[in-house]
Amino acid sequence: MKRVYVNEKWCLGCHLCEYNCAFAATNGDDMARSLMNIKINPKIHIEEKDGICFAVSCRHCENPYCVSACISGALHKEADMIVIDSEKCVGCLSCVLACPYGAISPSEDGVAQKCELCTKNKSGEPMCVKGCPNGAIVFEER
Amino acid sequence: MAIDYIFPDYEVIRNKDRCISCRVCERQCSNGVHTFLEKENKMVSDDTKCVNCHRCVCLCPTHALKIVKSDNTFKENGNWKNSTIKEIYRQAGTGGVLLSSMGNPKDYPVYFDRILLNASQVTNPSIDPLREPMETRSYLGARPKTIQRDEKGRLINNLPPHLELSMPIMFSAMSYGSLSYNAHEALARAAEALGICYNTGEGGLHEDFYKYGKNTIVQVASGRFGVHKDYLNSGCAVEIKIGQGAKPGIGGHLPGAKILGDVSRTRMIPEGSDAVSPAPHHDIYSIEDLRQLVYSIKEATNYTKPVIVKIAAVHNVSAIASGIARSGADIIAIDGFRGGTGAAPTRIRDNVGIPIELALASVDKRLRDEGIRDNVSLVVGGSIRSSADLFKAICLGADACYIGTAALLAMGCHLCRTCMTGKCNWGIATQNPELVKRLNPNISYERLVNMLVAWNHEVEEMMGGMGINSIEALKGNRLMLRGVGLNEKELEILGIKHAGE
Repeated sequence: MKRVYVNEKWCLGCHLCEYNCAFAATNGDDMARSLMNIKINPKIHIEEKDGICFAVSCRHCENPYCVSACISGALHKEADMIVIDSEKCVGCLSCVLACPYGAISPSEDGVAQKCELCTKNKSGEPMCVKGCPNGAIVFEER
Repeated sequence: MAIDYIFPDYEVIRNKDRCISCRVCERQCSNGVHTFLEKENKMVSDDTKCVNCHRCVCLCPTHALKIVKSDNTFKENGNWKNSTIKEIYRQAGTGGVLLSSMGNPKDYPVYFDRILLNASQVTNPSIDPLREPMETRSYLGARPKTIQRDEKGRLINNLPPHLELSMPIMFSAMSYGSLSYNAHEALARAAEALGICYNTGEGGLHEDFYKYGKNTIVQVASGRFGVHKDYLNSGCAVEIKIGQGAKPGIGGHLPGAKILGDVSRTRMIPEGSDAVSPAPHHDIYSIEDLRQLVYSIKEATNYTKPVIVKIAAVHNVSAIASGIARSGADIIAIDGFRGGTGAAPTRIRDNVGIPIELALASVDKRLRDEGIRDNVSLVVGGSIRSSADLFKAICLGADACYIGTAALLAMGCHLCRTCMTGKCNWGIATQNPELVKRLNPNISYERLVNMLVAWNHEVEEMMGGMGINSIEALKGNRLMLRGVGLNEKELEILGIKHAGE
C-alpha cells in the first residue's frame, strides 16, 4: 500500500504540512477563509529539536497497537489503511496512549482523529505531500 | 542611536484578509523580517531587513504577502538617483568598498535585444523539427590542421581531445563554497542527465562529485585552490581562469567564515582562513607564460583533455584571444560584463568590461582573419538569458555558451543580489546547513534539465525555421542576423547588416 513517508534530510520545519492538513479537513476552497483566526489541530505534526525536524503522521502499521487498544471498535483496518469511525468512538483515547508514534490526537469533538490519507475529504491525495515545498514528504509504495 | 540615512528599499505588504498567522514566513526568512506577536495573534514585518528574495512570498500558503518597491524618495534628481545617494550614505557610514552580487544590473544596451533572426519563406524550405532529425550535438576543441594518412593511405586519427555536448550549452564556473553542496550536486546531476558539462569554479571538486567526472570541467584559477593531479584528471576538461566578466582584473575573496569542514578540505586550505585569489596568476605575465601552464596541465593529464582559457571581455579582447589561440589552448571562454558573481566590488562590476555580443563578434572575426579560428573553439557567457540569446551568440561565432545566472534562476534564485551575505534563503549561495537543505537537488536537477530541454527544443524550432538542420551550419552564420536600431559602427563590429538590408 502507498504510505506517507518523511525524509528528515529535506524537512525544513516550515509547518506547511500541518496547515495543508488542517485545510484539507475543512473541505474548503480558500485556505485564508477556512483557517482565518483558527488554531489548527492537524493530523500531521512537525517534531523539532536541536536543529532536527520531521513530520509525523499515522504509519498505518501492519500490526496496529491502536486498533488492539480500541475498546469500541471505532479504529479498524480497511484494506491496509487504519481508519476511524467517529460515530463509534467513545473518546476514551486509549489509542492515543497506545500509538508509539504519537500520530493519534483528540479532535475538537472529543473523539480521536488520525490521518486517513485524505480519503475522507475532497482532496483525493494526501495534501501534506502535495504541499511540501521541498519534497520531504512522499506518498509511495515501499 | 545614530541617524539612519537610508530608508528601506522594499515594503512587505501583508494582506490582513488573507494572513492566517501560520508563521511560515517567519520560519523561512533568514534575515529575520517577520515576527509573530503572540498576544495579538498577528504577524508583523521589519522592512529594513528585507532583501526582496521572495522566499516568504513563494511559501505563503494563502498568498497574503507581496514585496513592493518603496515609493519613499529623495527629491527627484536626474543626476543624483536614489540609489546613488544611498551608496554615498552607506560608504560615509562604513568607509568600505561597496560590494554587490550577481551580474551588472545597470541599464547598458543589450545587443542581443537589438538583433533579429531570419526565417525561410518560399525560396528555401523550412524544416519541421518534430518530423525531421535536427542535430544540436556540439564538439569543442581544436580542429586538426591537416589530413594525415599512413603509408597505406588510411586516415590517421589526429583529432585533438574534444568535449562532446548534446547541446551547445554548459553550466558556467560557480565554486563549491560560493554555492552550496546541494546546488553543486544539482548542477552535476543535471549536466550528466543532459550530456553537457558543469564547471567546478575555483573551489576544487568535492570528493562526492568525482563520479560526475565525465561531465565536469575542473578549473585552475589564480588561487590554485583544490588543485592536484587527481583533480586535474577527474574532469573532462581543465579550465584556466584568467578573468571573470563580473570583476575583470581583480581576484576573489571567500571569507574565512565560509571555509569550514568540507569547503576547507576541498579547497585544501585550513579552516577559517580567508581564501584569497590573487588578481593575476603570479606565474602568468605573458602569452608565453600562459603557454607554459597550458602545457603543464596537458602533461599532467597526458594530453587527453582539452584545456580552456577563460578571460573576461575587456577592450583588447580580440588581441588577447589571438594570443590565447596560439598558446596551445583548445577552447577560449569569454565572459561578458554582465556575467554574475557571488561577490564583487560594485564599481568594478558595474563599470568594467564590455558587452559579450561585441567581444564575441570581434574575437571570432579576428581569429578568422588571422587563420587561427580552427585552433580553438569559442565559448561565451555573461548573461545568456534564453535560447534566443544562445542562438544569436552561435550565429555570431560561438561554438557553445556558458550559463550561470539562468541555471541559478532555474534552481529557485530570485536575483535579490545579496549572495555576499551568505544568508541565501533559497539554499543556493550559502553554507549554513539550515539553509542549504532548502535546496533539494532531486527537485532542482529536474528543473535544470527541464529548462535546457526546453531551450534545446526552441533552438531546433528556430533552426528549422531557417531551413538549417545542424547546429554546425549555424556557427558564425551572421547572414541569419539583422540589427535593429544599431548604428554603423555597432553593425560593423557585430558583422551584421541592418534589418531591411
